[in-house]
Amino acid sequence: MTPHNAFLEIRNLTAFYGDFQALFGIDLTMDEGDTMAVIGANGAGKSTMLRTLTGLLPSKGQNIRFAGAAIAGQPAHLIHKAGIAMVPEGRRLFPSLTVEENLSIGASGKRKGPWSLAAIYELFPDLHDRRHHGGTALSGGQQQMVAIGRALMSNPRLLLCDEISLGLSPKVIKDIYTAVPLIRARGTSMLVIEQDIAQAMAVATRVICLQEGRVSLSGRPEDLSRAEITRAYFGFEADEPDTNEPAREML
Amino acid sequence: MTTAPLTRRKAPVSLIAIFVTIVLLAAAPFWASRGTLNMLMEALAFLALAQMWNLLAGYTGLISVGQQAWVGLGGYLFFALAMFSGLPLLIALPVAALLSGLIAFPIGWIAFRLQGAYFAIGTWVIAEVFRLIAAQFSALGGGSGISLSIDVVKSLATSRGARDMVMYYIAFGLGIGSVMIVWLMLRSKWGLAFTAIRDSEPASESIGIRIRRVKFMVYVATAASTALTGGFIFLQKLRITPDAAFSVNEWSAFIIFIVVIGGIGSIEGPILGVILFFTLRSFAADWGSWYLITLGALAIGVMLVDRQGMWSILKSRGVPVLFKTTRWFEP
Amino acid sequence: MEWVNVLIQGVLLGGLYALFAAGLSLMFGVMRFVNIAHGDFIVLAAYLMLSFVTFMGWHPALGIVAVVLVMGTIGYLGQRILLNRVLGKDILPPILVTFGLSIILQNGMMEVFSADSRRVSSGALDVASISLPGDLAIGAMPLLMFVVALGVLAGLHVLFFHTALGRLLRATSDDAEMVPLMGGNKAHVFALATMIASGVVAVAGIMLAMKTNFDPSAGPSRLLFAFEAVIIGGLGSLWGTLAGGVVLGVAQVVGAQIDAGFQILAGHLVFLLILVVRPQGLFARMKG
Repeated sequence: MTPHNAFLEIRNLTAFYGDFQALFGIDLTMDEGDTMAVIGANGAGKSTMLRTLTGLLPSKGQNIRFAGAAIAGQPAHLIHKAGIAMVPEGRRLFPSLTVEENLSIGASGKRKGPWSLAAIYELFPDLHDRRHHGGTALSGGQQQMVAIGRALMSNPRLLLCDEISLGLSPKVIKDIYTAVPLIRARGTSMLVIEQDIAQAMAVATRVICLQEGRVSLSGRPEDLSRAEITRAYFGFEADEPDTNEPAREML
Repeated sequence: MTTAPLTRRKAPVSLIAIFVTIVLLAAAPFWASRGTLNMLMEALAFLALAQMWNLLAGYTGLISVGQQAWVGLGGYLFFALAMFSGLPLLIALPVAALLSGLIAFPIGWIAFRLQGAYFAIGTWVIAEVFRLIAAQFSALGGGSGISLSIDVVKSLATSRGARDMVMYYIAFGLGIGSVMIVWLMLRSKWGLAFTAIRDSEPASESIGIRIRRVKFMVYVATAASTALTGGFIFLQKLRITPDAAFSVNEWSAFIIFIVVIGGIGSIEGPILGVILFFTLRSFAADWGSWYLITLGALAIGVMLVDRQGMWSILKSRGVPVLFKTTRWFEP
Repeated sequence: MEWVNVLIQGVLLGGLYALFAAGLSLMFGVMRFVNIAHGDFIVLAAYLMLSFVTFMGWHPALGIVAVVLVMGTIGYLGQRILLNRVLGKDILPPILVTFGLSIILQNGMMEVFSADSRRVSSGALDVASISLPGDLAIGAMPLLMFVVALGVLAGLHVLFFHTALGRLLRATSDDAEMVPLMGGNKAHVFALATMIASGVVAVAGIMLAMKTNFDPSAGPSRLLFAFEAVIIGGLGSLWGTLAGGVVLGVAQVVGAQIDAGFQILAGHLVFLLILVVRPQGLFARMKG
């Protein structure tokens, strides 16, 4: 099916919060250079999948291979060293660090690559002027840029983004998403969780949809119909009268 | 949801065990030697202190290393009342506890400005303040302390045997009473409040305020009952000094180790802890500081292995629960 | 003039208390962890100094280096092996473990060194003083201690705000869960924080050994002074601990001037007063 040396390969991933099972056997394969969008309703397991992937949520005996090595069960800081960085949900900047310190702390892994402070300031020029400001004294959009820059500073091979458009205005979201092709152009693969399906479809080369902890759909954005996505997203047809409202909002 | 009568019918063994123990203890003055009786008195007083610390730490999460403040204050107030107020001893004891409870309101108000581990150290500072103030009272002997006069002691009962008897039943009342009060509390709506505290700390602002109030009231109540026990302890010792009354080793370290090793957050834990403590002490009388080192190491071990202590280990081995506190859904 | 002297004494004593407080404050800042055995570790450092210098006859400078190294190692390993395992949402295990450690240390030191009170002599420095105009005299020893305290705090300041490790420690203080996502090994970062705090504790213990008599049970009151200085100064504020230490030192010296038995009590009462009127401390930076 897929070659064994895929860039990222997840087989039968499960995850638990105590007794509560959040993921039921996720399968996913990604090639280097892909930008994969993960969509799904709240509680579908998207963030859980990322937390497991980064090692924040302990996973035992799982089959996750990244760049040819099994990373499941490794502590988070070693997974980071292997080349996976994350832009966490809610940005989680360090409030007592300046913008530049927030960026620099991301580089502690010392991997070689295209990303440096200068490269980040080139990608997000706004940040350069504010580099000595406190990280949380910025606007929401600028904070998101710092969070993305901080993750890029480790020169990851795979960048995970958890809801980077959450709570931002459409204009700011557009600004942030213009950075995605630039990041990809420098050779960084991306796995992006996105509630805004239209935005996700616009940047992604691959899409998977999660529903109640299972993969309900996967494929290339251009091959998927709106009806298929809606069904995969909500678990029922969009043309049912009471579901028109949210569906229109989403798409 | 009234399956309670059913479970009572199903598990009478625990009730019988409790009943037999109470009867045996109640009859102790008639079967025990004077030495045994003294040890039982001490153990029952420790049980009362341990149940109170457990109520505070195990159920409301307020960890105090300053309960010696209330042991000592109870002792000193009791001595002051007994010597200067002319109140009968058996009245002076509860009055001293009541006064301590009143003092616990402003003291608690200050201590509650600190949280978590800082609350713990704050209570210790307060106990030190009490100790240093007690040492300033020359009427109560200042730093070297004071003894109850023979006349005052004799007012309890004229013969030594009768005094022992009266003292023993005070200890009995304190020890058994503390267990019963905590048990009844956990079975009442307070028990539900404690569960809420444990499960949903800052759930909402309004619940947060109510939880704070419950914690505060528990703090005051345990202060008063700890002071009651303190008064009794120094009635038994007949002499009080600031260092003995406000000793962190005696009234916090020992008590905390008893509760933690026995099993925090259960009624059986402190009972088990007291039995263990007195058994170990009878072997380790000449160990000196190694006895304390052993207790400290045991407490650390418990925290590393199973923070619920020995009782949790026994329970998992199939020992039946003695004090059922859940009011429904018994397995 | 007598009161000016008293005030100076109090300020200088405050330097020592700031040193007591800095280690406690640092560990709380980075890990939200309060070490109840903090005072006992200070006394342990004092005994180490006594052993190296008085018993084994080493040069004091070598003794100081050795105490700092030994304490730092104990700190790193203790955090990595023991304390990291009990850190978490539940505050009971860390309190209990460090309380147990406190009892073990006190009684262990009692077994090894007996209950006799000891002191490390610093020779002529013990009695030397600097005369100032207007009948003022400053003891050389207290002054030296104050200068050392300032030096240690300044060193910590540089470490925290001008090094990569300091940046990582501040980030850990903000949001420890995020640190592994920056490639930091949390267990190692925590152990480094305790190692640094233990180095400060070592200096504090050496100062204690040279300033006064100490015995195995001297730890708890040092913990309380450290704690009071931290709370008075405000949680998470490095220079706040200096202010807290000075307030406490002045309160104690003024109290002692009123009545010898009032020294410690006066410090405690000023602490409680500040807790009532300004519970966040003088220079709060962090919420408890």
